[in-house]
Amino acid sequence: MVEHRRFGNLLPHLVLIAGVIVVAFPVYLAIIASTHDNSVIANGQMPLYPGGHALETYWNTIMSGTGKTTREPVGSMLLSSLIMAVGIALGKIAISIISAYAIVFFNFPFRMATFWTIFITLMLPVEVRIFPTYKITSDLHMLDSYSGLILPLIASATATLLFRQFFMTVPKELVEASKMDGAGPIRFFFDTLLPLSVTNIAALFVILFIYGWNQYLWPLLITTRDDMQTIVIGIKKIIDVKDALTEWSVAMATAVLAMLPPVAVVVLLQRLFVKGLIETEK
Amino acid sequence: MANVTLRNVRKAYPNGFEAIKGVDVDVADGQFCVLVGPSGCGKSTLLRMVAGLETITSGEINIGGRVVNQVEPADRDIAMVFQNYALYPHMSVFNNMAYGLRNRGMKEAEIKTRVEEAARILELGTMLTRKPGQLSGGQRQRVAMGRAIVRQPKVFLFDEPLSNLDAKLRISMRVEIRKLQRRLNVTSIYVTHDQLEAMTLADILVVMNGGQVEQVGNPLAIYEKPATTFVASFIGAPPMNLMSTRQDEIKPQLGGSAVEAGILGIRPEDLAITDQTPSGGVALSLTIDAIERVGAETFVYGSRAQDQQGVATNPGELPPGEVIVRIPGTEAPAIGQKIRVAAVRNKLHLFSGDGRKRIEI
Repeated sequence: MVEHRRFGNLLPHLVLIAGVIVVAFPVYLAIIASTHDNSVIANGQMPLYPGGHALETYWNTIMSGTGKTTREPVGSMLLSSLIMAVGIALGKIAISIISAYAIVFFNFPFRMATFWTIFITLMLPVEVRIFPTYKITSDLHMLDSYSGLILPLIASATATLLFRQFFMTVPKELVEASKMDGAGPIRFFFDTLLPLSVTNIAALFVILFIYGWNQYLWPLLITTRDDMQTIVIGIKKIIDVKDALTEWSVAMATAVLAMLPPVAVVVLLQRLFVKGLIETEK
Repeated sequence: MANVTLRNVRKAYPNGFEAIKGVDVDVADGQFCVLVGPSGCGKSTLLRMVAGLETITSGEINIGGRVVNQVEPADRDIAMVFQNYALYPHMSVFNNMAYGLRNRGMKEAEIKTRVEEAARILELGTMLTRKPGQLSGGQRQRVAMGRAIVRQPKVFLFDEPLSNLDAKLRISMRVEIRKLQRRLNVTSIYVTHDQLEAMTLADILVVMNGGQVEQVGNPLAIYEKPATTFVASFIGAPPMNLMSTRQDEIKPQLGGSAVEAGILGIRPEDLAITDQTPSGGVALSLTIDAIERVGAETFVYGSRAQDQQGVATNPGELPPGEVIVRIPGTEAPAIGQKIRVAAVRNKLHLFSGDGRKRIEI
């Protein structure tokens, strides 16, 4: 098909550029706001050019948090969030890869029933089962602890399903060749299946890390101590101050800092991520 | 080194389907045994039972004087080459071959010697550090064989190892497999649906159909004296022409007790275009429908006007009334031409009416 377009690719480009601006402008504004002095924003001025307080604001935000209240420094919030997000991502991967291995490669009674039981938990996210989960967590004395933050969230039907689909594409001859080569189930898992799953694991890690990082409701319930606060909750608390002006520059710096780790994970694992989603050759 | 003995081996699946219905096979030490048959005849299942990848419902499999019915595949002292090679995609060629040895706790130095020896035999020396994904089909096939060789097993099992290769490579690999087996002198069982592969490789040929053994023996003996019409039409390409002995054209020529047999078989190469009828032989009148010229020889597809009556229905058999004649490439008949073809008496094969029994003339 030969197309005669007068403006060539101009229109599509304009649409895409407009889209990029819509998405990127608030981020830009947050970065700009974090470089100005508090009073500038408090006065209702919102400049579009960077101010001169960048280093100072970020240093204060990371080391001591907001000035007037007894909030935690954002540095420790970052650490809490990181521990939680990595814990959730790795925990989900570990549990789901093992359950998918059992479902695909072993023939046990009620195998399909087990699979469907795992599968229907897709309909039960944390928000739905929040009271029983909270009760159990508190009965196990896991409130205000990282295990309480992480463990109740690490069962994942989605990841199990993804690994199951991948495992089903592994040729059964590979399993048989391993048997012939004297590798039992555990050897086969670690020597063959795990290396083959690396790209899938990376892709899942990206998705699950962001899922863990963005958790709001669960950490809000489980942690009451300020030093266990995650950054997503921290932002809310920094903005929501009573009887005082919100320190917008600190709030914006916190927002920018909260964005960085997920961005870093995506950038670092990007290549494996794409490969894991599209690769078909085994 | 070992012989393999199968005694009344059966395989039934939980849904009641009987894949193997009592098979007896003896493979002597160092022999190359080929299991051949159409798809679904149970040949791969039988091989997998010998390998230990399928359970045995009843009967006995004996490798080197030891009943292995309950022995794990890894402990049967066998090595298998799979149809799709089943190489570990993330391991180098060296590690692919070494993996089984490492799992058995062999010393690295010994592993290195064995892998390098196998690589030398298979001309893989320069590829040891590559991954399977970087190899061609033929090279992957060699690695799969290397993986079997390094183990120095008592028995090699091959599950249609050449069917993923292109035609030329298949022929050269076929010759290589045969040479290698002669050189290593290891008892081998080889599964294929390709009768040409079966004929060229086998010391002992097992023709299977519907979970049963149709005939066992030396490939040429089977070719010359097929025991059933199934074997007659399956072994040999193009297949043997089969026709009823009771047809008007054939009946008087055969005469006597031979007519009572039921089915007459003549191989395409035993028919010649001639106007004379050899004494005791059979002559047929054909109208030529199609001609296939392949160079050295020509296949003539003719139909017999008189009779459209078919015989037993087996896979690979010709439609009723069709006759294939194989003639030298120098002869040039034309489509639509009426010809007479004839075969001498000692080239005729007679079978019982149900095709299950060979009758000597």
